[in-house]
Amino acid sequence: MAKTFKLHVQEAWCKGCGICVGFCPKKVLEIAVNGKLSVVRPEECVGCGQCQLRCPDFAIEVEEVK
Amino acid sequence: MTNVKDYIRQDKLPHIWCPGCGDGTIAGAMIRAIDACGLTKDNTALITGIGCSARFNNIMDFHTFQTAHGRALSYATGFKMMKPEMDVLVATGDGDCAGIGGNHLIHTARRNIDLTVVMINNQIYGMTGGQYSPMTPYPSIASTAQYSTFEYPFDVCELVKAAGGTYVARSTTYHINLTQKLIENAIRHKGFSFVEVISQCPTNFGKRNKMGSPYDMLMKQKEMSVTVEQAKDMSPEELEGKIVIGELVNRTDRKPFDEVYQDMVRKALAKKGEKL
Ligand SMILES: Cc1ncc(C[n+]2csc(CCOP(=O)(O)OP(=O)(O)O)c2C)c(N)n1
Ligand code: SF4
Ligand code: SF4
Ligand code: SF4
Repeated sequence: MAKTFKLHVQEAWCKGCGICVGFCPKKVLEIAVNGKLSVVRPEECVGCGQCQLRCPDFAIEVEEVK
Repeated sequence: MTNVKDYIRQDKLPHIWCPGCGDGTIAGAMIRAIDACGLTKDNTALITGIGCSARFNNIMDFHTFQTAHGRALSYATGFKMMKPEMDVLVATGDGDCAGIGGNHLIHTARRNIDLTVVMINNQIYGMTGGQYSPMTPYPSIASTAQYSTFEYPFDVCELVKAAGGTYVARSTTYHINLTQKLIENAIRHKGFSFVEVISQCPTNFGKRNKMGSPYDMLMKQKEMSVTVEQAKDMSPEELEGKIVIGELVNRTDRKPFDEVYQDMVRKALAKKGEKL
């Protein structure tokens, strides 16, 4: 079975810089109208970890769920 | 994999850095490097100067010490001499390290003291509002150069190499895994280790120079970078405006100052029949 991933966003730490949005290869992420990160297509996430690696604010974490 | 948050003072988040500033991403890489080298919180000191880059010590959970502008290396020298058993790292900015602290940089490198220095080169004085620094590319717009700068930056890695630094490397925030790897090598290296990380200051450099979003600034770093290997076959003209990334110096022929000094102390004490 394909792996699935859960994204944990600390909204209070996110500054809406858009870096994770730019690096996500699957267009999972968007900046919402409130200027914060929104996970719009969680089912598309491939767990590459780019968002977590590059977020300057430690605001997003990727967890693999069995 | 490293849980970066284990080494972060979470009560200090959200940190003071602007949206999209490279500092937080580099702090993450530094933490992963420290963890990969097996350093412990109790045996690691992080010393900074003044500037946005100096705020690494607010969020990173080690023995941290923010000092005077340009003087991080002097404090780190004192620290290492008193506590040679500790791993001492320095986070500093281009203004802090290569501007006001330039002379300290030369002589700390020359002495080859066992420190790991990460110089965040965002090419501007970020904290004070975007005055140009000795690392600002020519020509650029800065708050102190409304029409354009009119002077050239210098290659800080070449300077450290000439002064006698025994480990010298360069990377960017775009190449964040390479940055981590180079910081790891720098920590493991015995002697003065210097890693320059080209970073983005969207607020005080990017905006004035119409460089787009933080993501666009990262892509620009990617576009401008060539590896040390690629650079070998390129002419000086071809290398103009390029960022050469990778390991630039790695020499083991010189003992670090702190070791030589400890040896001397041991010898002097032995003469009196005493031990360290
Ligand atoms: C002796 C002294 N001179 C000037 C200042 C003002 N000052 C504070 S931060 C800074 C520039 C820092 O630039 P840089 O090291 O590039 O760090 P950044 O803020 O860009 O990370 C200056 C000039 C100071 N604090 N102390
Ligand atoms: S990179 Fe981090 S701070 Fe920037 S938008 Fe994404 S989660 Fe928010
Ligand atoms: S882990 Fe990769 S695919 Fe999943 S949201 Fe982050 S960047 Fe996108
Ligand atoms: S001014 Fe520049 S260097 Fe300082 S926090 Fe903002 S983006 Fe980062």
